[in-house]
Amino acid sequence: MAMRMLPAAIIVLALTTPAAGQTVFVSNEKDNSLSVIDAQTLKVTKTIKVGKRPRGITLNADGSLLYICASDDDTVQVMDTATGKILNNLPSGEDPEQFALHPDGSHLFIANEDSNVVTVVDVPARKVAYQIDVGVEPEGMAVSPDGTWAVNTSETTNMVHWIDTAKRVLVDNTLVDSRPRHAEFDKAGKKLWVSAEIGGTVSIIDTATHKVERTIQFNIKGIARDKIQPVGVKLSDDGRYAFVALGPANHVAVINAQTFEVEKYLLVGRRVWHLEFTPDQKRLFTSNGVSNDVSVIDIDTMTVIKSIPVGRYPWGIAIKG
Amino acid sequence: MSALHYGRALNGIVTREVLRFLHQRERFLAALVRPLVWLLVFAAGFRAALGVSIIPPYETYITYETYIIPGLVGMIQLFNGMQSSLSMVYDREMGSMRTLLVSPLPRWFLLTSKLLAGTAVSILQVYAFLLIALAFGIDLPPVGFLTVLPALVLSGLMLGAVGMLLSSTIRQLENFAGVMNFVIFPTFFLSSALYPLWKMQESSVLLFQICSVNPFTHAVELIRFALYAEVNWESLGWTALALAVFLGAAVYGYNPARGFMPRKAQAE
Repeated sequence: MAMRMLPAAIIVLALTTPAAGQTVFVSNEKDNSLSVIDAQTLKVTKTIKVGKRPRGITLNADGSLLYICASDDDTVQVMDTATGKILNNLPSGEDPEQFALHPDGSHLFIANEDSNVVTVVDVPARKVAYQIDVGVEPEGMAVSPDGTWAVNTSETTNMVHWIDTAKRVLVDNTLVDSRPRHAEFDKAGKKLWVSAEIGGTVSIIDTATHKVERTIQFNIKGIARDKIQPVGVKLSDDGRYAFVALGPANHVAVINAQTFEVEKYLLVGRRVWHLEFTPDQKRLFTSNGVSNDVSVIDIDTMTVIKSIPVGRYPWGIAIKG
Repeated sequence: MSALHYGRALNGIVTREVLRFLHQRERFLAALVRPLVWLLVFAAGFRAALGVSIIPPYETYITYETYIIPGLVGMIQLFNGMQSSLSMVYDREMGSMRTLLVSPLPRWFLLTSKLLAGTAVSILQVYAFLLIALAFGIDLPPVGFLTVLPALVLSGLMLGAVGMLLSSTIRQLENFAGVMNFVIFPTFFLSSALYPLWKMQESSVLLFQICSVNPFTHAVELIRFALYAEVNWESLGWTALALAVFLGAAVYGYNPARGFMPRKAQAE
């Protein structure tokens, strides 16, 4: 019924389209699968069956391997991104949800939601290197760019736990707002951004002092305060923007990372949780768990250009360059 | 009759209509305020009601404000069409209609010129409205401002033809309030202007079917797709067909030998 008339719009899009060959992986929590999206055509090219309840996913440095938290299988799967085949499993502790890879690729830091520990896996040896007791319901994980700090957020204890990766001990805790879900270091590793789902805020913590320096609040016209539940956070490498996924508020907040003012709220699908940039940082993908799709934000125009249907309960996103 | 005569007549009719419009600042203001009230007051209240489903031509979630823009554009043209019909009834009462119709040019040409004049006025109003909407932060693709023009011409002609047909049957100015109640409101509310039809279908299949055959729905959908540089062929077909039917009936209605008026006069 409806057909494109003028190619003008397509030309405009094509001019700003990122380089070819970028592949987006999205974990579908309820379907036990990954949706693979071509970042140029913005179409799902294939769906790969993986372990039970896949949530956090992350790529190794060269993008050849994808690590998948198969939460209900209590394991981390390792997938060859070229073939889509599962190569092997890594031990993970119970119910792995989010994890972070050390910059040197040697260790995976895994939050075990049910058992209140962080499990650190030696990736080449495929063995658990050590475990660290943290607060109740560990969830967010991040490793600083220089690899000295691993941080974990515990949803019930409402704390950020600082793990010294050289000494392999927990050295400090920082209290944040209710139900911290996600942590993200800036590129220089000087600041840590932590979202609080129930608190409805994002805290910015100084890495040197472990003190909260600033708290950002959100306010969207026509949306109740309790629906604004920040989860995923992404910072642009150029230091200009921070993006925060606001869960059932169905919006992504665009924050000026210099002034910490919220500049804009972008409407995306329902219950947006996690975010990921394309490697060239021209686009940001969002996983919308309830509407079962992924929205694509164009950074130059700061608009949502498309929403792509994927499997049920899309959760994690990883993008290969 | 040479082309020159035709051109001169068309020019005269369009110029008169545009001049009349420009001299009536209140009318211009009213034409803008009406859709803006809907956009800024009504839509703000319904903001959370939508944004849960993606329908063509949209590629992602949209706010309610964005959804009703084409509907409000259609509303401008609908009111303008009715306004033209009002002015034709007025012209007839004042006698200037007679001056127009005694011209040696064919009647269908004179009436089409009149339609074009009204459509030109409505398009001026629409662009003014779109610019204001843009200033209030409604996102529209820039190319849409260009691609919507042909759709506006067709929908403007079609809605103008409805007004013209009505004016051929209305005897007195006072009856215009009736037209408002019995034509404009059902036309506007029983369409996709304010709510997507799938939403209507959820509450009543009958209403959904009425909406689906309403020419105004198709005019709005034609404008909606055109704003995103796309063609909704089904709506294009329906709008063109409606234009042909209404214009044909209006030309018939204005024929003194066969029109609707003499028959009504005889019936009295």
